[in-house]
Amino acid sequence: MNHRTEIRFLLNGRDVAVKDVEADATLLDFLRLDRRLTGTKEGCAEGDCGACTVLVGRLQDGQLIYETVNACIRFMASLDGSHVVTIEHLRGENGQLHPIQQAMVDYHGSQCGFCTPGFIMSLYALWMATPEPTETEVETAIQGNLCRCTGYQPIIAAAMAANRYGTPANDFLIKEREAITDRLIALRDGRRVVCGPKDNQAIVPSSLDDFADVLAEFPQATIVAGSTDVGLWVTKFMRPIGPAVFIAHLVELKSIALTKGALQIGAGVTYTEAQESFCKEFPHLEAYWDRIAGQQVRNMGTIGGNIANGSPIGDMPPVLIALGAEVKLRKGSVTRWLPLEDFFIEYGKQDRAPGEFVESISIPRASELQRHGAYKISKRRDEDISSVAAGISVTVENGVITECRLAFGGMAGTPKRAAAAETALTGQPWGRAAFTAAGKALEADFQPLSDWRASAEYRITVARNLLQRFFLAHDDQSAEAADLLSA
Amino acid sequence: MKHDKITKAIEAVSGTVHTNRHHDSAEKHVRGRAEYCDDIGEPQGTLHAYLGVSSVAHGLIKSMDFSAVFAAPGVVGVLTAEDIPGVNDISPTGLKDEPVFPTEKTEFHGQPLFAVVAESRNAARRAAELAKIEYEILPHTLDPLEAQEAGHPFVTAPLKLERGEIEQGFSDADHRIKGQIKIGGQDHMYLEGQIAFAIPGEDDDVVVHCSTQHPSEAQHMVAHVLGVPSNAVTVNVRRMGGGFGGKESQMNLFAAVAAVAAKKWNCPVKIRPDRDQDMTATGKRHDFVVDYDVAFDETGRIQAVDGVFAARCGYSADLSGPVTDRALFHADNAYFYPNVRLRSRPMKTNTVSNTAFRGFGGPQGVVAAERMIEEIAYALGKDPLEVRKANFYGEAGDGRTLTPYHQEVEDNILPRLISELEETSEYQARRSATLAFNKTSKIIKKGIALTPVKFGISFTATWYNQAGALIHIYNDGSIHLNHGGTEMGQGLNTKVAQVVADALQVDFERIKITKTTTEKVPNTSATAASSGTDLNGMAALDAAEQLKARLTAFSAEHWSVEPEAVIFRNNMVQVGQDVVSFSDLVRKAYVARVHLSAAGFYKTPKIHWDRAAGKGRPFYYYAYGASCSEVSVDTLTGEYRVERTDILHDVGRSLNPVLDKGQVEGAFIQGMGWLTTEELWWDKAGRLRTHAPSTYKIPLASDRPRVFNVNLADWSENRELTIKRSKAVGEPPFMLGVSVFEALSMAVASVADYRECPRLDAPATPERVLLAVERLKAGG
Repeated sequence: MNHRTEIRFLLNGRDVAVKDVEADATLLDFLRLDRRLTGTKEGCAEGDCGACTVLVGRLQDGQLIYETVNACIRFMASLDGSHVVTIEHLRGENGQLHPIQQAMVDYHGSQCGFCTPGFIMSLYALWMATPEPTETEVETAIQGNLCRCTGYQPIIAAAMAANRYGTPANDFLIKEREAITDRLIALRDGRRVVCGPKDNQAIVPSSLDDFADVLAEFPQATIVAGSTDVGLWVTKFMRPIGPAVFIAHLVELKSIALTKGALQIGAGVTYTEAQESFCKEFPHLEAYWDRIAGQQVRNMGTIGGNIANGSPIGDMPPVLIALGAEVKLRKGSVTRWLPLEDFFIEYGKQDRAPGEFVESISIPRASELQRHGAYKISKRRDEDISSVAAGISVTVENGVITECRLAFGGMAGTPKRAAAAETALTGQPWGRAAFTAAGKALEADFQPLSDWRASAEYRITVARNLLQRFFLAHDDQSAEAADLLSA
Repeated sequence: MKHDKITKAIEAVSGTVHTNRHHDSAEKHVRGRAEYCDDIGEPQGTLHAYLGVSSVAHGLIKSMDFSAVFAAPGVVGVLTAEDIPGVNDISPTGLKDEPVFPTEKTEFHGQPLFAVVAESRNAARRAAELAKIEYEILPHTLDPLEAQEAGHPFVTAPLKLERGEIEQGFSDADHRIKGQIKIGGQDHMYLEGQIAFAIPGEDDDVVVHCSTQHPSEAQHMVAHVLGVPSNAVTVNVRRMGGGFGGKESQMNLFAAVAAVAAKKWNCPVKIRPDRDQDMTATGKRHDFVVDYDVAFDETGRIQAVDGVFAARCGYSADLSGPVTDRALFHADNAYFYPNVRLRSRPMKTNTVSNTAFRGFGGPQGVVAAERMIEEIAYALGKDPLEVRKANFYGEAGDGRTLTPYHQEVEDNILPRLISELEETSEYQARRSATLAFNKTSKIIKKGIALTPVKFGISFTATWYNQAGALIHIYNDGSIHLNHGGTEMGQGLNTKVAQVVADALQVDFERIKITKTTTEKVPNTSATAASSGTDLNGMAALDAAEQLKARLTAFSAEHWSVEPEAVIFRNNMVQVGQDVVSFSDLVRKAYVARVHLSAAGFYKTPKIHWDRAAGKGRPFYYYAYGASCSEVSVDTLTGEYRVERTDILHDVGRSLNPVLDKGQVEGAFIQGMGWLTTEELWWDKAGRLRTHAPSTYKIPLASDRPRVFNVNLADWSENRELTIKRSKAVGEPPFMLGVSVFEALSMAVASVADYRECPRLDAPATPERVLLAVERLKAGG
């Protein structure tokens, strides 16, 4: 076999080749323990605090894109062929602080300083793409960064002022873009990477077909795309994941296509990558999108992964089920399609055979007769896991509900359609009465659990009220403000 | 003439007092070059410890089998209670109720029982899961009410504060309301978790680098556990990545385990729990259940208050005594209670032992006081602000200045402060607009509240109110500053260096701020109770004044002038007609054998406290503040948004306004988080299920008020002789978050036309808000 046995990437200014990379080796440990780049901090080791935020640059369609990621749950093997930029690499012109750094000093954006490098990296990525951000854009960029000292006001002020300290045109990474691109291209050799010990092996396939081959050889392998879930299996639960196959780089899984009948996306498309196409085709998802995790996780996490992991509280499945999405599974060269709701069998069990993987998702295009809603309820508005998520699609013809799909997350062991509520709506005239009846019917559909996110009582009450919310938002007669937090 | 020169000098020297100056480590923070404990380079051979914990909430430990642990890769050994050469106890108040590792029974889920020591942290952590521990399960009790019913003991002696004629007060009053409020706890969620790194030395010596607010206590605990004198133990801390009270006593366990392991294996040993273990194995803010009984007249003026404050203290006392005391000290907040009885119930529960957290019980007392105000307002159909004003402490001679602990309130500035904020926040107009909005808006409801804070400054353990500092002037004129306080982000080192720069009239940059170490200043108090600058600033000033006096005496002699003719200004010293640079003077003084090192000391005057009698003057002074918040609530989901907050806060004459403002803003957001989204949730088995940021939700940038106006009351000056007439700022603004809680309450009350107090418990999560809305809609 002609496999490569080391992971290669650029770390700040240097080429790095690491042998014996184990499946569960994280970037954060590598930076802090092996390289003593201690500016990147561990705050939570679960991708929720952002203290470990670094930039990862990668080539996509020939373009070098830098994105923030959480180093704590980013596996080393997934970095092959990319450029990792840490706080230590930041610099301004002539030995000065970088504009973001200087703004943070001048606006008193640090107190204890522990979260500061992570914030700087998030703000740096924002400034490169959007040098003059709005306050909302800053907030969105730092949804994945926690600060316990400042109350954020000075950090926002620094972000808004950063461009006065220097513009991206003079930024070192922007200036080096071509050189870095060349170096990243030079790292590509089209070979599969296999490294680490037998029981903790990391496999990086060279192509989609190679991925299918790897799975045929290792049907029990852990498939790792964005690692925003699998990362926690390692850092929180210390579960072995080897052999693990890393697929985030596979271009064949990154396709986004709008056909006549459907929006089709590859399983490896991240939330960030999908946002524009999704929200254009389904504008009701715009407000929903920003409530999915934080920026770093949206940059890493994939929609395919959100489905494949089978979580009952994933943000995408209820919304996609309501839209009538279908999922394409592949094993070797054999593929099959099934309605997304049928993929989820019961808690912890999905209709996916060993060696099979999610290849793509297809969502029928919206029709003018359909009215859509997507709602997420959580303790904190941003970067929280939903206590209840709802996707609602209702077709109305001549004032009568002819078809509807109501799907909920957080209400059962799987993302699930509300059959009784759907029955209560179907065939009824569009009106408050129909939605009230459907709300009552939800009690036949769901017996939710009480846990730390919400009580059963709250879940059922809020689910019922979301049907009212949907009605109010789509009723021509209603003058009520529809949704406070999305407004 | 002379006055002018001095004024110019003050302008000319950089970083002096009463000026804005960025945090001294700001540039290191933004470069990622500020060193935290985990960033210190590890000597070869460093071992790592990880805690193994209990999987039951209460049980006898029948056996512990470590065979699988020993067999795990990289494991060097296991540390248990038997390995402790000294005393197996780290109780901070000396009650001997908190072992490093328990030997007979475990008293909460997640209690550390042993530590694994291995070649890597990962190896130690994984191996710690492999121990087989057998328990005989005992019944457990999680919350303070259950504990009371189950007849659980107090973890520490309760306190009673009493004044006036309580029975008479109730029987004379027109109105009386009894109620109960549950107030949740709070995790510190400092971004840098607990950590200790011990390096063994010769003889009994050990050096412990530790993220701690209280290096002296860590030193004493390590010595105690090792069975060696304190002079063998050095504890160092350069900075913490946040403390908030969570590192006042909770680091003891980690420091002790690292030190014992380091001595046992004669290797450096580091211990750093992951976030889940940090949150489950270390204490938090106390949850309280407060039963209140309040009597009042038609105008809303309070006649009598009877309050019982039951706290979830956890399995041991830790700091629960002074915490529950402080809850009672603040159960009046800013209000005069003519007849009052307040009692604490520090309940033992099978949960982690709760500890210090910014405000130290005070916030829970304040929330209870404000709940009573709300009750009165809703009962009488009044604006709560009107009820507040009717109950504020008065002025000397009006008979309304005595607190329930018999201290006179002599420095009340709330009337001015409140009226200024009422005006700048346009409270009255916005309240009218809010009421009007709610009349027509069916789904979205608004609320607005303006709440005050009065917070007592000083440790109630009077002996804690002392501090030391050490200043060296090297013969090149550079200055080395050390004091007993610790830096956790609050800018203490910056402020203390400003004091020294001002005293010696040298640039801030000349002063090197160094790590806190028990080697330089002994017997320090915790950097806590907001006292850091008050105490250490004064001690540093004392040291600087001593050095200045010596240099003055030397100059007078050397140049044959009167001491009055020696003036320090702008990095220079004017001696009669001559001017010499500070560095040259130092050089000359050194050659003349002048002692260029000084230890400073300070103790807070005037304070005394008789706990048994419930009388005294526990506080040197009070800090004041007020905030006005407006919220919108979605009554279909319970979700909400803070639309605007205006704050006016009193820091006396600020040493560094921009740093103080940062404290005020940060404290407000943290206080708001405590009362809104930060929820501690235990399951029936006693497991804390909100134990990391994925499940425990502190505020994000998008949670802060959409409009946020924060101002310092720049006209305020401490009437007491504090450092440059400033006031403490760490804790008092935390309670400004109460305005958000009360505004939410008003929005909820609107669904029943404000006829009843919604009695929201804290934290007011979207769930609690929605269920309260539904309850009120259904008619209570």
